[in-house]
Amino acid sequence: MNRFYVVVGVLAVVLAAAVFALLKTGGGASAAAAGPPPTVVDDGFRGYTLGSNTAPVEITEYLDYECPVCATFATIQIPTIKEQLINTGRVRWRFRDYPLPIHKYSRFAAHAAQCAGAQGKFFEMQDQLFYHHQWAQTGKDPAALFRGFARASAVDLTAYDSCMEKGQFAARVEFSRQEGEQRLVDGTPTFYANGTKLFTNFRRLPNSDDFKAVVDSIAAVRH
Amino acid sequence: MRHRQAIALLALVGLFVALYLWLHALGFGGAIKCGAAGGCETVQTSQWAVFLGRPVALYGVAGYLAILIVALAALRPAALTQSNWNVMLVSLATVGVLFTAYLTYLELFVIHAICRWCVGSAVIIAAIWIVSLLSLRTPAPRTDPAASQPQPDPRV
Repeated sequence: MNRFYVVVGVLAVVLAAAVFALLKTGGGASAAAAGPPPTVVDDGFRGYTLGSNTAPVEITEYLDYECPVCATFATIQIPTIKEQLINTGRVRWRFRDYPLPIHKYSRFAAHAAQCAGAQGKFFEMQDQLFYHHQWAQTGKDPAALFRGFARASAVDLTAYDSCMEKGQFAARVEFSRQEGEQRLVDGTPTFYANGTKLFTNFRRLPNSDDFKAVVDSIAAVRH
Repeated sequence: MRHRQAIALLALVGLFVALYLWLHALGFGGAIKCGAAGGCETVQTSQWAVFLGRPVALYGVAGYLAILIVALAALRPAALTQSNWNVMLVSLATVGVLFTAYLTYLELFVIHAICRWCVGSAVIIAAIWIVSLLSLRTPAPRTDPAASQPQPDPRV
């Protein structure tokens, strides 16, 4: 009988070690994608855009994927803005990354969106990240969850894994952050309309009417 | 006793399989280790990977833990002669087998992907179920003190 309990104990230790090893080698948030790159190179990329290239107003949004206000803006305001301003050809919306240092996985999330973007699925991945924002409240490594988001966005996972492992767009994300720093981004989200900073009274969550007013005022000046 | 020992060991292995899948579902460890054919990620990220608001693997952890605890309790000297432990083990294993059959059906005919870890768990719970059924047919060991009384040495 005693020998049986020894076998149970040894087996439990071996299995626990095996599970630990499996979880440890399973990847997690790769350092290359989750951290800043050693060098920053301008690859000429200036963000994904929504809307017509001939739209008279360009809004640039600096965002952080872990920021709850950015998620609220993306899920509540952007659909209306799309309908009223972007789809009507009045506004082109440009998304730039500004991962805040206080957020552990925002750079990783920005990188995941870029890896999906390399396969033409940036907006699908961005929706996944913002519409399932619970990941940002847990503080847990979201690598597996993001893979699920990538799959749901119809991203090829082999290419995605390779992109994340290499940190293929780490420099691009950091370049965008530094660009935001130079433009005096003081939090997220921060907006610019044709290069002019908006809502400088620290209002972080403008609504679609605010943007409509901005676009109307620019149009009035032009006429 | 051998049946209960076998069930305890199988439940221990099953517990760690379910534990790995559960921890993965919680976001630990990145991509699941699934072999070249894949399939685990498809299953784990499908809508069927959640049951009553919890990851399916959590029910596996709870189930195997329950079987392990009952099997170990049934191995106590005082419990060895009690056959009601076998009935409890069969009951638990039957619930596990039925739940696993449902999940395997989903994999084969709804999700159209096979997760090796799930197959491993299915084999383990099926083995537990078979062993628990066999234990019902085996008479409990006798503990009649007279039966274990040392016989007088005929040479004396």
